[in-house]
Amino acid sequence: MAYMKRSPWIIHYDGSSCNGCDIEVLACLTPLYDVERFGIINTGNPKHADIFVVTGSVNEQGRQVIRNIYDQMPEPKVVAAFGICACSGGIFRECYNVDGGIDQVIPVDVYIPGCPVRPEQIIDGIVRALGVLEEKLAKMKEDGR
Amino acid sequence: MIAWLYGIAFVILAPLLGGLVAGIDRRVTARMQGRVGPPILQSFYDVGKLFEKERAYVRASQNFYILGYLIFIAFSGALFFAGGDLLLVIFALTLSHIFLVIGAYSVTSPYALIGAERELIQLMAVEPMIILVSVGFYLASGSFYVSEIAAYGGPLILLLPGVFIGFFYALTMKLRKSPFDIATCHHAHQEIVKGVTTEFSGSTLGMVEIAHWYEAVLLIGITWLFFAWNPLVAVVAVALVYLAEIFIDNTTARAKWGFALGSIWLVTLVSTVANLAVFYIGGMA
Ligand code: SF4
Repeated sequence: MAYMKRSPWIIHYDGSSCNGCDIEVLACLTPLYDVERFGIINTGNPKHADIFVVTGSVNEQGRQVIRNIYDQMPEPKVVAAFGICACSGGIFRECYNVDGGIDQVIPVDVYIPGCPVRPEQIIDGIVRALGVLEEKLAKMKEDGR
Repeated sequence: MIAWLYGIAFVILAPLLGGLVAGIDRRVTARMQGRVGPPILQSFYDVGKLFEKERAYVRASQNFYILGYLIFIAFSGALFFAGGDLLLVIFALTLSHIFLVIGAYSVTSPYALIGAERELIQLMAVEPMIILVSVGFYLASGSFYVSEIAAYGGPLILLLPGVFIGFFYALTMKLRKSPFDIATCHHAHQEIVKGVTTEFSGSTLGMVEIAHWYEAVLLIGITWLFFAWNPLVAVVAVALVYLAEIFIDNTTARAKWGFALGSIWLVTLVSTVANLAVFYIGGMA
């Protein structure tokens, strides 16, 4: 059924973002963008979440945290890298403590660049993530899980 | 026989009504905050999705406890709508929450532990009030049976205004609304008040949601009893009460648990007990 598409709950993790992208993610919850009208909820709990939204690049200390959050999410789950930092490391790429984008640690399904990523892009990114989520659900059912 | 049909109807229809009420609640809340808000059927989408997710759990027993929570809450509601003994309804309702608390304790997560404790505090705060409501109904109508209270024929609200005020005050906590949403809440997803459901995911979390729907319908039913002599008045009154709760939810900040507990007890004591005392003395005279 199409429930998965209508109720995407996200968990947001700030890798080592400059906070620019984080503010934009939060802006999506405000009356202007109001992502709740699409059923999107910003949960703080990986066990309730369907979409893992990461902003900022991966640094040494964050690796384990990102892995941990990802592992705790029940299937089907999708990872969305929001902002150029999360996609590739962005302007922090050359820093001695930065490993690069989120895909250095966990598989990323949706890349949304931008510095910072705009709320419209975020909503668009989540809609794209929903497509992937549906695919994964279909695959899960095929495998009989 | 007919009574049990009502009970069975509750078990089947209450989730539909409760889910709808939850959806309207979210929509009205959004409008009060200047947002568009989710579709009215959003709660059904959410629960439908939760049942599609992978079954992940910390301990297998937690699913059993949550099933107990759901079953006993459905049972207490069915008993209520079958016109059963109000006291038994209240005890079954309490038992169901104890299942939720045990479920939260069983996962040994620090967040769930705090959540479980807060759920217990909620029970402590609200329970005296709920029991006094049934005592009030008994004093007024001469019966603990819901069917007889509903058939009383007079406006119970006029006999029990103090009890109603106390009930309304405690209802805020029961419906998990601000300022008394200390145990769990429908908005604060990142906060400790979501503790009790931290370790539940997928279908288990879906069952918790459905249990909330059952509970909301049961509480609406109890509110209804105050106005049961006239169905039209009752519908309007229940709608107004629920709207007022949503309004309070949106205009107040969460209170600390100590204040929540203390103030609910105080209101229970002053308004309800005074009402009952007047009633008792008046009844003897
Ligand atoms: S993409 Fe830009 S705004 Fe976003 S975290 Fe990186 S530097 Fe900050």
